[in-house]
Amino acid sequence: MSDLALPAALAPAARRADPIGRGEALAAWLLTGPAILAFVLMLLVPTLAVVAIAFTDYELGATALRFVGFANFAELMEDRGFVTSFRNTAFFVAVTTPASVIGGLALAIAIEGGRRGRTFFRAVFFLPVVSLMVAMATAFQYMFHPTIGPVNALLRGLGIVGPNWLGSSDSVMWTLAVIGVWEQIGFNMVLFMAGLTAIPRDLYAAAEVDGVRSGWSRFWTVTWPLLGPTTLFVLTITMIRSLRVFDIVATLTQGGPNKASEVLLYTMYTEGFTYFRMGYSAAITVVFLAAVVVLMLIQTRLIDRRVHYG
Amino acid sequence: MIPGSNVRSLVADLPRLAILSALGLLFLMPYLWMISVSLKPLDEVWRASMSLIPETFAIQKNYGRVLSEVPIGRYLLNGVIVCFGILVFQLAFALPAGYALAKLNFRGRETLFAFVMLGLLIPAHVPAIPLYIAFAKTGVLNSYAALIAPSTISVFAIFMFRQFFRSMPDELIQAARMDGLGEWSIVWRIVVPNAWPAATAFAIFSVVAHWNDLFWPLIAVSGKGELATPALGVVYFRTEEAGDDFGALMAAATLTTLPLVAAFLIAQRRFIEGITMTGLKG
Repeated sequence: MSDLALPAALAPAARRADPIGRGEALAAWLLTGPAILAFVLMLLVPTLAVVAIAFTDYELGATALRFVGFANFAELMEDRGFVTSFRNTAFFVAVTTPASVIGGLALAIAIEGGRRGRTFFRAVFFLPVVSLMVAMATAFQYMFHPTIGPVNALLRGLGIVGPNWLGSSDSVMWTLAVIGVWEQIGFNMVLFMAGLTAIPRDLYAAAEVDGVRSGWSRFWTVTWPLLGPTTLFVLTITMIRSLRVFDIVATLTQGGPNKASEVLLYTMYTEGFTYFRMGYSAAITVVFLAAVVVLMLIQTRLIDRRVHYG
Repeated sequence: MIPGSNVRSLVADLPRLAILSALGLLFLMPYLWMISVSLKPLDEVWRASMSLIPETFAIQKNYGRVLSEVPIGRYLLNGVIVCFGILVFQLAFALPAGYALAKLNFRGRETLFAFVMLGLLIPAHVPAIPLYIAFAKTGVLNSYAALIAPSTISVFAIFMFRQFFRSMPDELIQAARMDGLGEWSIVWRIVVPNAWPAATAFAIFSVVAHWNDLFWPLIAVSGKGELATPALGVVYFRTEEAGDDFGALMAAATLTTLPLVAAFLIAQRRFIEGITMTGLKG
């Protein structure tokens, strides 16, 4: 912020002499002032601080701290727990993203494709977005309970012995991913609905004249190309939302069994706020932030390129 | 969407409706079981029956246990206080800033906007450690202030209001200036009243996000629950009280999920518009 022209703008006499120039600047700084202050205190400084802490061995309660360079990051690479955590997060993103993006698109098309029941179905699939996830996790804990849960009861009815969904290392991430898809699909559906309504109707009429008749080819010739930017956008924000998985792990599994469901934010939380290893936890935060920033950059790059088409 | 769909008969539409209904039912299963179990006595819960309707009702026992052992009203009130507090600050900070960035000419505007874009990259989890340390050192932890302060600034709100105000006609503001209104009065008497659609959309987004947030309350509030938000309250009840009492647990889950779900069912269109408008935050 090198060009903060505050002193000049603050001169009260300037306002009368030059009502549009300096008066406007003064007003602008007064109007943005509170936001700037809160931004600096609550976001900018803490974010810079977390990066700085990541290079120290700071522990809450310790009297001294040491600059340790990349030692925390080196330790992360060696730490089996962190490597698992990173891999689990990647798995969660890799499974929930395509499922909830394709699912959201399919639902949007199916619901908007007819006249009946639009409001109703929209509400049904959107419900998880407004539901308290911690509470719904309780419901899922029951659904997937190995002995009394309806999922395994149903499987028993079919003669299949269901797994201990949340209690076994083999199935726990899959189960969490199913819950993740349930949670996210309605959000994506709504974004796709917005994208669909933006497609000009006469394009469909034109396609029909050109001999595009079936619903399927209509989708591939008109809907899909025009939804390109929406899809990319939904894709990246879904990845970022999946990357932030925390609530369901914190309530359902606490990273267990045997670290099989450790994810980035949960590992960061336990290292920092249970063991108070702030330096180490900060390093995990930096990895998390880097992943988010990379996804955002990919998004802006791709969308910028796409804009020339659309 | 598909031309001619309005003349399609109900019969032709049936497969679509059937598929959507089946999927919808699957989606609603957690809610149905949550409510069903919250009504069942414990022995029936453990019998692993597939029936949704309880043979005997244990409403009083389950809900009674929650209401007597858990200050659920307190949690809900905390949720309201925290969400409302956050929203008031977010709007008070972001509305004027968004207006200034959209409509006023001043040196540094581009730089400020660059910081807004930079801020959009940072998820709320990132500043948590330094904020926790600072709050711990200043004794602010375990207070409403600790729950509210980190969320008072929403760069996303600034961005959204800036976009909104850019499409507002300049003439409106010029005319107000001609009438001798200062920038401050223009903001509160012309700009803000005109920003209601965007403000409502943002309010829905903000309340949904903070009512359901677990991460920061888990960090900012320790000990047992005077200050717990609904999400934190459910976690406390699960770990400290309920154990395997699924009936009571589901009753607690139902009671804490209800407020936002009810609000959504009453004002569906607003919610969906709100999330569409604010969807880009993710």
